[in-house]
Amino acid sequence: MLKDITLGQYFPGDSVVHKMDPRTKLIMVVLYIVALFLADGFAGYAVMILVTAGFVWLSKVPPKSLFKGLKPVLIIIVLTAVLNVFYTDGTVLVQVWKLKITYEGIIRAVFMVLRIVMLICGTFLLTYTTAPVALTDGMELLLHPLNKLKVPVHEMSMMMSMALRFIPTLIEETDKIMSAQKARGADFETGSLIDRAKALLPILVPLFISAFRRADELAIAMESRCYNGGAGRTRMKQLRYERRDYLALVFGVLLIAGMIGLQVVGV
Amino acid sequence: MIRVEHLTYQYPDTDTDAVKDVSLTIEKGSFVAILGHNGSGKSTLAKHFNGILQPTEGKVYVAGMDTSDPDNVLNIRRTVGMVFQNPDNQIVANIVEDDVAFAPENLGVPSAEIRQRVDEALKLVGMYDYRMHSPHLLSGGQKQRVAIAGVIAMRPDCIVLDEATAMLDPVGRQEVIKTITKLCREQGITVVHITHHMEECIDADRLIIMSDGKIVADGAPKTVFSQVDMLRSQGLTVPATTDLIDRLNKGGLNLNIEALSVEDCVNEIANALI
Repeated sequence: MLKDITLGQYFPGDSVVHKMDPRTKLIMVVLYIVALFLADGFAGYAVMILVTAGFVWLSKVPPKSLFKGLKPVLIIIVLTAVLNVFYTDGTVLVQVWKLKITYEGIIRAVFMVLRIVMLICGTFLLTYTTAPVALTDGMELLLHPLNKLKVPVHEMSMMMSMALRFIPTLIEETDKIMSAQKARGADFETGSLIDRAKALLPILVPLFISAFRRADELAIAMESRCYNGGAGRTRMKQLRYERRDYLALVFGVLLIAGMIGLQVVGV
Repeated sequence: MIRVEHLTYQYPDTDTDAVKDVSLTIEKGSFVAILGHNGSGKSTLAKHFNGILQPTEGKVYVAGMDTSDPDNVLNIRRTVGMVFQNPDNQIVANIVEDDVAFAPENLGVPSAEIRQRVDEALKLVGMYDYRMHSPHLLSGGQKQRVAIAGVIAMRPDCIVLDEATAMLDPVGRQEVIKTITKLCREQGITVVHITHHMEECIDADRLIIMSDGKIVADGAPKTVFSQVDMLRSQGLTVPATTDLIDRLNKGGLNLNIEALSVEDCVNEIANALI
């Protein structure tokens, strides 16, 4: 039951997007989100839809799995659409009692839905095409300048990659503890919600105790391997910007410039 | 290589000494096994070898460096690598080769050389083909070999295995023993193997038996194991071969108790029968 928990939902692949430097991808997502919020009017949205579709196509991630990611936010999308349709003033198309649907309302609802959908698709594309470890690495390097402001960037990324490393180990352990408790008659599947929540307590306590013991041992093992923080560390795998990364970044900047241009022109 | 002088150690919040006035010297390039019960102090002793624990009394020197001097810690840890009991709790990365690279990365070794050291270490422990695997999918013995590779990548002079075989199945134990024996014999790395399995000590150059915080026997494995009655009084068993010869001798035969390997034992009995 716990076996199918995945985090980050990485789809291994060999596309251009997969091979891109994680730092480029992180920057691109930020640029993409900014462009998305700058987009206004038909031309802007048309461009953004094309760009999104283009990246999805390049990444070779099946669009189906991207849409799956939209499911949890479906309520928000529907709510946004409904509110925008009914609460925008303008040319009234249909009026029932106090509710009126305006032409502007429909347009705005469509735009808002598109914006949310593209926002989610864009960020999901990042986690779909980047291994979690590469992502933490990229973040550490990008945030490196913050070190000067005494932000513990290395420690934060170390913690993140440790957490990722121990997810499968702790899941395995949870499975073991659950089996042990079931063997002694614990019941996790029936009863009210409160009953079931209570039944989880005998799992959480041993899990936490063992997690702390692991942390202790891990700390000693890391120190034994000469770990003493981020200072003076080198890396075996060094990230390097390639031509595709520069091209992508130039494209991202152009995209934002284009969006601003469209706003100025007022299309 | 490692010199222990009158070491006494007491864990905080306890009244009894876990290690009592122990002195010993471990020679460079030797394969030393330390055997003892749970609570015999063998693991506590091992944790002094790379400065994880500081002596309550006495001194520990690693390649001439005093472990109680904080300035020496990094150099000591680079000289004496430590492999622990639970393989899951000492692997830090999601990919085998990244984990092996952890120690040299900490030491600030240039990238190209790390690559070289990692490949070399993985080949030495026979895990090179698994370099891109995820550690949690490996067997216990394989994980422990990755942990050993992670230590070798530091290029240490000595490896201490602190009950590194305790959680493994017989196959995994065999893998680890074969690996460390090879490292000692072919690479000249000093190996200190802490265990409670008799059979793993047979190939060692020297066997130290600990009980109740003290060294009760120290010598070549066959000499130590021949003291069958002493070992039994300490609650330890002896290898099956020694046990067999001991029983035959008690039954009236006069065989050489030092025939430790299965082959020697067979020959000894065969000779007696002829």
